[in-house]
Amino acid sequence: MPGTAELPVCDIDVFSPAALENPEELHRVLRTAGPVVYLSRYDVRALARHEEVHAALADWQHFESGSGVGLANFRHEESWRPPSVLLEADPPRHDAPRRVLRDILAPSALRVLRAAWQRAAEELVEQVLAGEGTFDAFTELACAFPLRVFPDAVGLGPDGRENLLPYGNMAFNSFGPVNDLVRADAHRVAELSAWVNAQCAREALTDDGFGARIWAAADRGDLTQAQAPLVVRSLLTAGVDTTVHGLAACLYAFATHPEQWQRLRERPELARVAFDEAVRWQSPVQTFFRTATTDVTIADAVVPEGTKILMFLGAANRDPGRWDDPDRFDLARDPSGHVGFGMGIHQCVGQHVARLEAETLLTALAARVEHIELTATPRRHLNNTLRSWASLPVRVHRTR
Amino acid sequence: MVVTLEISAKEAVAEGVVALTLVHPAGARLPDWTPGSHIEVVLPDRTVRHYSLCGSRWDAYTYRVAVLREPYGRGGSALVHDTLRPGDRVGVGGPRNHFPLVPSETYLFIAGGIGITPLLPMVQQAELLGAEWQLLYGGRTRASMAFLEELTAAHGERVHIAPQDEVGLLDLGSWLGAPRPDTKVYCCGPAPLLTAVEAACAHWPAYTLRTERFTAAEQAAPVRDLPFEVELRRTGRVVTVTPDVSVLDAVRRVGVDVLSSCEQGTCGTCLTPVLEGSPDHRDSILADHERAANTCMFPCVSRSRDDRLVLDL
Repeated sequence: MPGTAELPVCDIDVFSPAALENPEELHRVLRTAGPVVYLSRYDVRALARHEEVHAALADWQHFESGSGVGLANFRHEESWRPPSVLLEADPPRHDAPRRVLRDILAPSALRVLRAAWQRAAEELVEQVLAGEGTFDAFTELACAFPLRVFPDAVGLGPDGRENLLPYGNMAFNSFGPVNDLVRADAHRVAELSAWVNAQCAREALTDDGFGARIWAAADRGDLTQAQAPLVVRSLLTAGVDTTVHGLAACLYAFATHPEQWQRLRERPELARVAFDEAVRWQSPVQTFFRTATTDVTIADAVVPEGTKILMFLGAANRDPGRWDDPDRFDLARDPSGHVGFGMGIHQCVGQHVARLEAETLLTALAARVEHIELTATPRRHLNNTLRSWASLPVRVHRTR
Repeated sequence: MVVTLEISAKEAVAEGVVALTLVHPAGARLPDWTPGSHIEVVLPDRTVRHYSLCGSRWDAYTYRVAVLREPYGRGGSALVHDTLRPGDRVGVGGPRNHFPLVPSETYLFIAGGIGITPLLPMVQQAELLGAEWQLLYGGRTRASMAFLEELTAAHGERVHIAPQDEVGLLDLGSWLGAPRPDTKVYCCGPAPLLTAVEAACAHWPAYTLRTERFTAAEQAAPVRDLPFEVELRRTGRVVTVTPDVSVLDAVRRVGVDVLSSCEQGTCGTCLTPVLEGSPDHRDSILADHERAANTCMFPCVSRSRDDRLVLDL
C-alpha cells in the first residue's frame, strides 16, 4: 500500500482466536508501536492510543461511517444487509434517525421505566438467590436481566426472543473479516435476518414501547416511513448483546475485586460509576472502523482518502498515557472520557438504557449479596467485535 | 454547559446586521450541531441571547451567527453591535435545536429578515441531499437583507428575493400553491409573518409546517388561576407560585439558579425536567407530543394544571 513505508508495521492477525481471547497483549504492542500502525494482514491503518482514537471518533467530517464501520468497504463491497441508518450513516442523512432515537432513549424519557426495572431486578436476584448460591452469573443475570426488560420496553411480541442474542452476535461478527466466526453463522443469516426484520414492522410491535414511538415519529414526518423499521432494527441489533456483555463485565469485575464490591455495598449510588468503569476496563465493544473522506494526517502519518482505519476502543480505554494504573478496576476513578460507548455524533444512543439496566441490577444485588467469588475460570465467547462471555461461574454469600 | 469562545471576526453583512465568527481560544473542536440549531451567548452584561448558527458544520472549528440591531429590543443586540470586538471572549451554551430539518422530498423555506439565519444551513443541506427546494426571502429593503449575494450566487433561481419596498408584502398563498403531501414548509421570521404562514398552511397536511419563533406565540389564559406548589426535589424545597409570578421567578426567590434568556417561552434556555405533575405548557417551542409527555417544561412561561408540580431542580 502506498505511503506505509514510514509506519510501524504489525503482522499479527488482530481477529485471530488468540488475539480475541486475550486482547490486552495485542493492545500493548499496538500502543507501543506508534500513534498509527499499519496492519499488514488486513491492509489497514490502526489507532490504539486514547488521544488518536478519541479524535478520530469525534471527527465525522474526515472519518465517515457511511462506507461501513467494519472491515468491508461499502464503496466497493456490498453490505450483508441494508446498511444501518444510524451506525452506517453520516450527516445529513444520519441527523433525523439520530434525533428521533436520542429523544426516545433520553434519561428523562426513561424515568417511567425505572420503578418497573427496579422491581424486575429485585425479582430476578431473589429468584437466583433462592438456589444454592452457586450459579452462572453470565446466563442467570447478565443475559437474563436485559432479556427480561429490554424486549418489553421495545414492544416485541413474545415469540422468537431467543433469536436476539444470535442475531447480535452475527451482526457484530460481520464487522470483522470473513473468518471462521463469520462462517460458523453463515447458515443462519437468512433465518435470523428474516425474524428481526419481521419484528421491526409496526404491526409486530406493541403500542406503548420504543418501537411504537419510532413509528409515531415517522407518522409526524420526523423520519421517513422507510427509515422507521431500520431504526427499530438498530435497537434490536445494538441493544441486547452489548448490554449483556457490559453487565457481565461488571459482574466479572466485582467477582475478581472484592474490595470494590464492598465499596459499592457501602455506597450503592456508585452503581452508575461502576458500570462505566467496567465498560472502560473491559470495553464490550472492542473495535470499529471508519473510512477517510480525504487524505487525513494523524501524527505525521497520512491516511489516504477512501481507506479504512481500525480504532481499538479497548486499547484506548487502557492507555497508560490517559489513565493511571489503567488495568485496575477502580470505583474511585472517574471513568469520564472512556471511549467504550464511542464518542461524538455516533456515541451509543442507548447508553442511558444500558446504565439504567446496570444500575437497577447492581443495586438489587448490592442490597442482598455480601460477597461474590468465582468458582471456576470464566470462559470467553469469541466475537470479532465484542468482548464476550460464555460462562461466569460464581458463588454468592447472601446478606445475613 | 457554557464554554468560553473567542470572537475571531466581526463583519457587517447587511444594513443593521453583523456576523460574528466564534472559535475556541485553544483551537479545539466545537460541539457538533445540526441545521436549525441556536447557541446561547452570555453577553458582557451577563444577559443571555440566543442566535441561530448560520455557518457550515463541516467546519468543526468555527461557529457563525448574525445579529440584527434591534432599536426597540432589550439592549443585547446593541451590545453586540457597539461593544463586542474581535479578540473578545463570550460564554456560549448549547447548541440546541428546536427547529430540526426533517426528511422530505421537497422543502419550501420562508424567511423574514434576520429569520434567514437558521434557514441558511437548511438550504445547504437540502441541496446536499438532492431535495427539491425553493426559498422565499422577504425583508424591508434589499440592503437590509443579509446573505443575499451568498444565496443567489450559490443557488440562483431557487431563491426568490422579495424586498417589501420593491414588491410589497409576501404573496404567500400563490407562492405556496396547492397543498402537497411530499413537502415540508419551514418558516422563520417576525411574528406577523409566522401567523400569516400558519394561516396559509392551515389546510395543508398535519406536521407540514415547521416554524421557529423569535417572539412568543399568543397563548390562551392559564388553565388555573389559583396558586400551586412546586417541589424542587434535588434542593428539597417547596415553593408556592401565585398567579402573579412565573415559576422561574418563584424558584429564583428561594435561591435556586436556573439559566434563562428570553423569558417568553421561545428560546428554550430554561428547559427543566418535570418529575411529577402536569405542566400547563405556554411556550412556543414544544410540539404537541412533547407537551403530552410531561417530562419537561419551560418555567419562564409554563405553569401547573394541578395543585402540585415536582421539578428536577
